Formats: sequence, C-alpha cells, structure tokens
Amino acid sequence: MDLGVLWFGIIAFFFIGYFVLDGFDFGVGMSMPFVSKDDTDRRVVINTIGPVWDLNETWLIVAGASLFAAFPEWYATLFSGFYLPLLIILLALILRGVSFEYRHQRPELAWKRRFDRMIVWGSAVPAFLWGVAFANIVRGVSLDSGHDYTGTVFDLLNPYALLGGFATLLLFFTHGAYFLALKSEGSIRMRSRALATRAGVLTIVVAWVFLAWTVLEFGSLPSLLLAVAAALTLVAAFVANLRGREGLAFGLMASTIALAVLTLFTALFPDVMPASNDPANSLTIANASSSPYTLQVMSWTALIALPLILLYQGWTYWVFRKRVTRAHIDGGADPGVERTVEVAH
Amino acid sequence: MNELLDPLLLSRWQFGLTTIYHFLFVPLTIGMALTIAIFQTAWVRTGKTHYLQLTHFFGKIFLINFAMGVVTGIVQEFQFGMNWSDYSRFVGDVFGAPLAFEGLLAFFLEATFIGLWIFGWDKLPEKLHLATIWVVATASILSAYFIIAANAFMQNPVAFTINEEKGRAELTSIWELLTNPVALAAFPHTIFACFMVSAGLIITVAAWHLSRNQHLETMRPALKFGLWAMVISGALTTLAGDQLSLAMVASQPMKMAAAEAMYDTSTGAEASFSIFTLGTPDGVHELFSIRIPYLLSFLSTHTLNGTVEGINNLQEQYQTLYGPGDYTPIIWVTYWSFRWMIGLGILHIFVAMVGLWLTRKGRMPTNKWVWKAAIWSFPLSLGAMIVGWVFTEMGRQPWLVFGLLQTADGVSPGVTGLEVLISLTLFTLVYGSLAVVEFRLIKKAVLHGPAVPAESNEETGKPLVHTTVY
Ligand code: HDD
Ligand code: HEM
Ligand code: HEM
Repeated sequence: MDLGVLWFGIIAFFFIGYFVLDGFDFGVGMSMPFVSKDDTDRRVVINTIGPVWDLNETWLIVAGASLFAAFPEWYATLFSGFYLPLLIILLALILRGVSFEYRHQRPELAWKRRFDRMIVWGSAVPAFLWGVAFANIVRGVSLDSGHDYTGTVFDLLNPYALLGGFATLLLFFTHGAYFLALKSEGSIRMRSRALATRAGVLTIVVAWVFLAWTVLEFGSLPSLLLAVAAALTLVAAFVANLRGREGLAFGLMASTIALAVLTLFTALFPDVMPASNDPANSLTIANASSSPYTLQVMSWTALIALPLILLYQGWTYWVFRKRVTRAHIDGGADPGVERTVEVAH
Repeated sequence: MNELLDPLLLSRWQFGLTTIYHFLFVPLTIGMALTIAIFQTAWVRTGKTHYLQLTHFFGKIFLINFAMGVVTGIVQEFQFGMNWSDYSRFVGDVFGAPLAFEGLLAFFLEATFIGLWIFGWDKLPEKLHLATIWVVATASILSAYFIIAANAFMQNPVAFTINEEKGRAELTSIWELLTNPVALAAFPHTIFACFMVSAGLIITVAAWHLSRNQHLETMRPALKFGLWAMVISGALTTLAGDQLSLAMVASQPMKMAAAEAMYDTSTGAEASFSIFTLGTPDGVHELFSIRIPYLLSFLSTHTLNGTVEGINNLQEQYQTLYGPGDYTPIIWVTYWSFRWMIGLGILHIFVAMVGLWLTRKGRMPTNKWVWKAAIWSFPLSLGAMIVGWVFTEMGRQPWLVFGLLQTADGVSPGVTGLEVLISLTLFTLVYGSLAVVEFRLIKKAVLHGPAVPAESNEETGKPLVHTTVY
C-alpha cells in the first residue's frame, strides 16, 4: 500500500479524534451560560470536562506534528496561508486553556465571570474557524507554483466556508449539550437535554446544507455515501435525545462528526490542498508527502503507539465515567459520595 | 516603515519572544513533576503528613504553571509552518519526525496522566494514583528529549541527504538523528538545568517562609531537599555543559569563538577564558579584562595546549565554503549570555553549598543576607537557563540549520510584514497580561503556604486524600 495514502488516512484519523473530542468540550464551554444558574452549576459544567480537555486538545498537536512530518509541503502551505485565522484560533485556545486553571484560583465572583466569558468565547471562536479552515481546504485556494498561498484573508471568508464555520459551530454546540446531559445530574441534565433539542433542529438544517453543498460541488460517490450516513446519524442523535437516551445520543453525534470529517477528507482525496486558480499548482498526496523512509519510520511508530494511546485514553474516560453533581462541588451532601476536601477553589 | 514591516525581522522577534516565554514554564514543569513525584512517594511510604502537605502545596504551583506551558506550547508547534514555511519545507522530512514522536509518545501521555493525577485522588487506589505523577514526570522528560533532538539537527545536521529535485533535506537514519552527539550532550545539560530551576523554586519558597519563622515543619525539610537538589543537579549540569562545549566546538567552532569574542586563533595559555571584560560596546576592542589562562583551550579541546580558532579565521573559511557573506553572530550577545549562564549557575551551586553548611544538624541561619540570597535562587536560576538558550540560538545565526539553510531563507514568503506585526503585537499583549496574572497567582499560592489537611480517616489515621476540583 502507498504510505502517502496511509498517512492521509492517519491524518484524517487524528483530525476526527480532535473534532470528536475537543468538539464536545468546545460545546460544553459554549453551553455553559445556557445551562447554569449559579456558580456551583458552572463548576459542575466545567468539571465534566476537567480531567480530559487537555488530552483532547493534544489531538490537535499530534495532528499538526504528524502533518509536519508526513506532509511538510501541506503543513507549510496551510499554516502560512491561513496565518490570521490560525493566529486567532491560537489566541482563543490560549485564553480558554488558562481560564480552566485560573478561574478557581480566587473566590471573587467578578474574577470567575471574567474567565467564564473567556471559556465561552475561547470555545466558540475555534469551533467556528475550524469549519471555515476545512471548508477552504476542500474548496481549494489560490496557490502559486511554489505552493504559497496568494489570496488574502478575505478570500477565505467565502459563503461556502462561512457555512462550514456555522456547521462546525452548531455541531460542536449540540455535541457538547449531549455530553453534558450524559455527565450531569438534576437540573443541569434537564436543561442540557432541552438545549440540545432546541439547537438540534438548526444544527440538522445547517449541517445538511453544508454536506449537500460539499458533495454536489466537490464530492464523489464515496463522499456521498459518507455524507448521507452523517446526515442520518445526526437525526438519529436528535431522536435519541428526545427519548432520553443520553449515551446513545452522544455516541451517534460523535459518529456524525467523524463521518462528516471523513466526508471532507474523501472529497479532498487525492489532493491535499487543491489550487483553485490552476490545478497544476495543487498539492497532492504525491507531491506533498515526505520521503518513503520517513513515512516508514512514522508508520512503525504510529503502529506501536496508537493502540497504547487509545487504551490509556479509553481507561481515563472510564475512570471518570461517573456523573458530576452539585454535591461533588458543595462538599458532600450526597451520601453516596465520599466526603472530599477541596484544596483549590 | 520598511524596517518595521520586514517579515523576517518581525518573525525572528516573534519566534524568539514566544519561545523564551514558553521556556519560562517548561523547566518548572519538568523539574517540579519529578519533585512532586518524590514528595508523594515519600508520603505513601512513610505516611508523614508534611509530605502530603508539600505534595499539595507544590502541586498547586505546578498546576498554575503547567497550564501556561501547555497553551504556549501549541503556539510553538504552529509557528514553524506559520512563520517559517520555507524552513518547514526544507527540513520537514527530517525535523518533523522527532516532533511527531514528541506528540505521539510524550504529550499524549503527559496530558492524559496529568488529568488522572489532578482529578484521581479519590478515584484511584493510592499506589496507582502515585504512579500517574511518575508517568507525567517521565513523559515530560521524554518530550524534552525529542524537542532537543529536533533542535540538535539545526545545530549539527546529521542523518540526511539533500534531494536536489525537491530542494529539501531527507532523513536517512532515524537512529542517527536521535543520537546526534549534540542532542546527547544537550539533553542532560538541559534536564539537569531544569532540576536546578525547580530546586531554585523550592529554596526560594522555603527560605521566604523560614526567614519569617512560619510553616517550620514543612519548610525545613523542603529547604534541605532544595539545597541538595541544587548542589547535585548543579554539579551534573556543569559536567554535562563541559561535554556540550566539546560537541559544540566540533560542530560550530564559530559559536565558541563568539562566546569568547576571540578574533584571532589562539593556542594554550593564550586561549584564555575571560571572566569579565570591559570593552567598546561592539566588543571589537578590549579595554580591561580578567582572564583565566588555558581555560578556553580546556573547554574546547580538553587539553591545555589546544588550538581554538578565532572569528576572523573562521569567517574566511566560511566564505570560501559557503560564499560571500557575514557568518558572525552578534558578538556581545554570545559573549555575555555565555558568561551569565555559567556565572549564575556557579553562583547558585555556591549559595546552596553555603546553605547546606549553615543548616547542618538542624541549625537555622540568622543572618538576613543569607536568606535574601536564598530567596533569589529561583529567578536567577531561571535566568541562567534562558540566557543559555539565547546563547545557543543566537550563536547559531546567521544559520537556521547550520551550514544548510540561513535564517533569511527560511521565512514564509507568503506572509506579509503586516500580518506578522499583527501577530507579534497580539502575542505580546496576551502573553504580557497573562504573565502578570500568572505571577500574582503563583505569588498568592506561595504566600498562602501549605494547608493543614482537614480530616483524617478514622481507621487508619492517615489524612483523607484531597480531591482538587476546578
Ligand atoms: C541553569 C542553567 C545552566 C547552567 C548553570 C549552565 N548552563 Fe549551559 N546551557 C543551559 C543552561 C545552563 C541551557 C539553557 O539549558 C542550554 C541551552 C541549550 C542547551 O542545550 O542547554 C545551555 C547551553 C550551553 C552551551 C551551548 C550548546 C550549543 O550551542 O550547542 C554550552 C557550550 C554550555 N551550555 C556550556 C555550559 C558550561 C560549560 C556550564 C558550566 C560551567 C554551563 N553551561 C552552565
Ligand atoms: C526553549 C528554549 C529556546 C529558546 C529560549 C529559544 C530562543 C530563540 C531565540 C532567541 C531565537 C531568535 C534568534 C535570532 O533570530 O537571532 C530563536 C530562533 C529559533 N529557534 Fe529557538 N529557542 C529555544 C528552543 C528551540 C527549539 C527546541 C527549537 C526547535 C526544535 C528552536 C527553533 C528555532 C527556530 C526555528 C528559530 C527561528 C529562526 C531564527 O531566528 O534563527 N528553538 N530561538
Ligand atoms: C521551539 C520548540 C518547541 C515546540 C515546538 C514545543 C511544543 C510544545 C507543545 C505543543 C506543548 C504542549 C503540550 C501539551 O498540550 O501537553 C509543549 C509543552 C511542553 N514543552 Fe515545549 N516546545 C518547544 C520548546 C521546548 C523545549 C526546548 C523543551 C524542553 C527542553 C520543551 C518541553 C516541553 C514540555 C516538558 C512540555 C509539557 C509541559 C508543559 O506544558 O509545561 N519545549 N511544547
């Protein structure tokens, strides 16, 4: 098998991991104002993703570094070409990341509210911009013969890309609400379910239009099949949530996101970054990839590392499988929970 | 105006500033993870409460610091492509692999197990929970290895061939890349220096509380621990630095000449090491200096009669080798950064040895100057670390990858000066404000001191394990 194609698949896998996992914690961040009434509620919300947000974000780092190692040309063109959007994503991720750690360092409400806002915006902005970026990759951008991006930042804000942005924003938002319903108790759980229902309809409409546009303009038969599957699981997730099947709803939504990302990568294949001005300038798997030796080394490493990674990350999710309740935060009203003393607020 | 919007200059400033910033947090992560693992192990084995208190106390500082290391690290990963795209195209085939290994083999472990450690106090059995912090400590050291191996390729390119058609370097042996002699020497030097920095933090914190006569039962053992850690890791840093000098001279003789601001080739006693020089600001003329004969010869060759090549010679050699151009780094930067690194390091080993003597058999010094010196341990050892890197990176100029690619040829051709100006400004603003918040929070945690465990388990008498919740 061609190792370049294999690595195209592995890169897709890393981005699926990233969007499915960080996707729900973006969603949790964005949902926070809608499902919480007081500070204890907000702490419940944040603690549902507390142990995992960092490892979820690490999928992005691994995706980026693998892109660098397996497709240096793609990495170079993409990251320098999308300079300003990536800058904004980085700044948002920085502010969001420190907020989780900083907000509980001081008791004053004003202090906490400041970081709450950063969590909300720091989640919403990347959720939107990732969609814009990926839609542009699929659509193609203008590249010169040295594979450098020749457009401006405004060319990236075309209707298709903006629709892609709204699609990921809404998908992640709803995904987060499903996750919260699965991981919380009582009123937060109920509010999350209701929120998912309200947001779900709009999500279905926007995601369907985006998938349809993708397939019609850039797609092939395999991407059509994947897009249909994504469209169906999205509706199934909505129905599962209506019936109160929280685990199922979350699982189906995770599949939707995975299938949608696969649709995009399939539509892209065998290009990795098509040149919209002149197909001769397109970056393809063949002309963007590393040498066979490097790909071989990378393949062996991934072969050994990936099963272990999936194993210990799965184990982490299992360790933290219990719902987070207000009692955990307030310190022990729940008799089933061992009394804990907090070191940090 | 043109100057202001030069993408090359701005990208260099941005890379330098953001990397230095990232590295303000990383040494503490590396050093503190191990320290906390040691405290927690001591608690599990002895059941003594003060070890648990120390684990929590330094754990809290560690976590405030860790968050910054993570978020600034992502910027590092992206910047190669964003600002140095031609560089990425040229080296990606070689340089990308260690970076990807770092993610696959180290960052994933670190990010997963730190979550287990923070949130797992009451969810995992005691021993398993202890194991999680050991995994974090190991993974952080492993990640340092890969990043240093990547950097070593830029200092001393090995294991590659040039593919003319694609215009890039291609990897020929991953093993040779990962055992680059510069990496093998730079790794222990950097890691032990990281331990010096974390030892510096412990000394600073302990000295602050002890000089105010508070938290004696926790801070006395902490101080002892910090002092020993400083002396031991300091000695190891020095030994490793000596090896690193040899590796550096072998690959980049110009850097050593620039470190000494030595223009003419010298042999034996002439190849002296100046401790202090007063000269004209450009360093070209010397007005006054204190010199140790033979030392430079020894550092560079491990013999007293070695010959150390001077800047002028090397400049000529490089011109014949690489064509016309200026192959000299900025001399005053290399000269002073090299001295400050070594000077501050040796000062700290000395301070820590004095501290060990003064605290022998449970004594406590009364002289307030002793305490003051101890309190400066952390900022100054971190400073030594930073200037060491500034020396390494700026001493490599004008090369980005030594002998293969110059910095000017690595910058992204498609990115405009305005874009870099925007990013540089935003990074400066965001990083600057976060630095203020970060400093205040760490200070608050330090001043608050270790908390006393609230309750203990009725059967075992051991204090109840705490759950840290966001
Ligand atoms: C607390 C920190 C600290 C201390 C006390 C020292 N160093 Fe250092 N040094 C570093 C921290 C550091 C560093 C920041 O970690 C560097 C930057 C790159 C590297 O590998 O380590 C470094 C780089 C560095 C280099 C440049 C390597 C290169 O460019 O390839 C040399 C030659 C030395 N060191 C030598 C020494 C010697 C001979 C020392 C003592 C006598 C010494 N260092 C003490
Ligand atoms: C953590 C410690 C480090 C510090 C403090 C540091 C500092 C710096 C500084 C000050 C510069 C600017 C030099 C100049 O332009 O004159 C620079 C450049 C650079 N460094 Fe580092 N560096 C560190 C580690 C690394 C590592 C580990 C890598 C690679 C894996 C790296 C790659 C680069 C690159 C690509 C540049 C940009 C090109 C250049 O200006 O030379 N650095 N660094
Ligand atoms: C310019 C080169 C560098 C790049 C590209 C880089 C990349 C990164 C990234 C992406 C992270 C975040 C990981 C996470 O989310 O867990 C990170 C954190 C870290 N980096 Fe760097 N880094 C650089 C310089 C260095 C150097 C020189 C060292 C060590 C000597 C180092 C050691 C670490 C460690 C131990 C962490 C994890 C702990 C923490 O987040 O504080 N890095 N780095």
